[in-house]
Amino acid sequence: MEKKDTRSGFGAGLTELGRTNPNVVALCADLTGSLKMNDFQDENPERFFQIGIAEANMIGIAAGMTIGGKIPFTGTFANFSTSRVYDQIRQSIAYSGKNVKICASHAGVTLGEDGATHQVLEDIGMMKMLPHMAVINTCDYNQTKAATIAIADHEGPVYLRFGRPAVPNFTPSDQNFEIGKALHLKEGTDLTIFATGHLVWESLEAAKTLVEAGISAEVINIHTIKPLDNKAILEAVKQTKCVVTAEEHMLNGGLGDSIAQLLGRELPTAIEMVGVNDTFGESGTPMQLLEKYGLDAKAIVAAAKKAIARK
Amino acid sequence: MPNISKLNDVVSQVRRDIVRMVHANSSGHPGGSLGCAEFFTALYFDVMNHNTSFSMDAKGEDLFFLSNGHISPVFYSVLARSGYFDVAELATFRKLNSRLQGHPTTHEGLEGIRMASGSLGQGLSNAIGAALTKKLNKDNSMVYSLHGDGELQEGQVWEAFMYAAAKNVDNLIATIDYNQKQIDGSIDDVLPMGNLSAKLKAFDWIVLEEFQGNDIESVIHTLARAKELSGHGKPVVIIMHTEMGNGVDYMMGTHKWHGSAPNDEELKSALVQNAETLGDY
Repeated sequence: MEKKDTRSGFGAGLTELGRTNPNVVALCADLTGSLKMNDFQDENPERFFQIGIAEANMIGIAAGMTIGGKIPFTGTFANFSTSRVYDQIRQSIAYSGKNVKICASHAGVTLGEDGATHQVLEDIGMMKMLPHMAVINTCDYNQTKAATIAIADHEGPVYLRFGRPAVPNFTPSDQNFEIGKALHLKEGTDLTIFATGHLVWESLEAAKTLVEAGISAEVINIHTIKPLDNKAILEAVKQTKCVVTAEEHMLNGGLGDSIAQLLGRELPTAIEMVGVNDTFGESGTPMQLLEKYGLDAKAIVAAAKKAIARK
Repeated sequence: MPNISKLNDVVSQVRRDIVRMVHANSSGHPGGSLGCAEFFTALYFDVMNHNTSFSMDAKGEDLFFLSNGHISPVFYSVLARSGYFDVAELATFRKLNSRLQGHPTTHEGLEGIRMASGSLGQGLSNAIGAALTKKLNKDNSMVYSLHGDGELQEGQVWEAFMYAAAKNVDNLIATIDYNQKQIDGSIDDVLPMGNLSAKLKAFDWIVLEEFQGNDIESVIHTLARAKELSGHGKPVVIIMHTEMGNGVDYMMGTHKWHGSAPNDEELKSALVQNAETLGDY
């Protein structure tokens, strides 16, 4: 399986938008290389804005640029895209209803060696609480590229979350990304694993291991945490009656939290959640950190067995 | 030449609107609003090229951003008086289901508002963004913004000052309402900002000082001068000296009317001091 980083998918999508949509502009806070925005910058210097290390100003400028019809894409690390500028996003983008795409790389513990100061694990929660904000967490290069292109056509603010490490690139290169649409990646009858971001691949690996234990796991990719595909989730859970959620994010505020709310209202079901439980990350390699913080295939297998036992 | 007498009639009516709006709710911010009545009237009744049949994108129009959103009463009054919406709607200020929220917002679709403000320090960045888009669109209109002086304590403003000068955002005229007062007292009591003009010059802005911010003729002249200086590679900032509470004697010379409403007696006194020129709402 070819491995590629999701941030490069963002860069490729942005480059394509630069060629096809003259209203797309890009802003960066001194992380152009990390966000893979160089090609867009080289091809469209007049539409690329290097803001410097001033994320609050970047968010405010992006909001202002929408007046007159531009579609700004901001790029920096996920931590500096959200928690650092939450009030700017809240007032100037979400409350003001501005068509800004907040594109955030290096999310979660897989940022790796830089450690907890940079490993935001709260961003999905923060962003999904903002009215009008769509929240997307992509799983591989191809999906990230397709999502980047798709959000330009979505009127309204979007938070697009992706990551740093090279990970398996397993979704089709010609996919049509539809915001808010769950993707069935593997059929199964005993339980449903709902996964987002880097943990989608880990969930597919877990499903293979579960077969050996005689458990048939369905894997559904929820790339859009908000708006959530309630219909697809409820239909799946009606069949399997057993749920695991998996995400590289705090349990509080993440995908599992959203699904638990939905099931609590509509279809009470036992649920096991794979995520970070109220702790900060630390330095290490991405794979070491996924293992230590219980975010790998092994952790998903354990959660699935626990969920089956509760069924 | 603008008819200064007619503009001063507008100012008088705007002051009445401000104190009546704030009195009707026993809440709101009359002090800074009154201090900027001449500035808003100058912008919307003389200086800016703008269209009251509102379009968010404002292509070919001058734009204005209010960064210190708490002085919404003066903004709402001038928008209504210049024709963006019916003056009768001023009566809904700060009331349930109103488009005239405590602080300005686009959320309720009020014509004339292009950005929410209230949480301080964000408006200069917003104005820069709009100015950059105007350049991309080959639109030669100007972008104006207003900021409180106390608001300059917010760090984001200085990020924006640094950016605009470094990146030659020269279709932008920012004005600082320099009344030297904030909620807790005078600027010097709270956090002295030293030589503001020198600081802004050091940030490489063209700095104009308007010492008569409550003289509409002088304000118009300074805004015209600012426009002449625009378009030459640097943004322009006006340090506009104003009197908080201007036009209502007991509100002047103190910070106490920053966010306090007049009672019935105080309202009467304020109205006696400002003639009804265009008809109360």
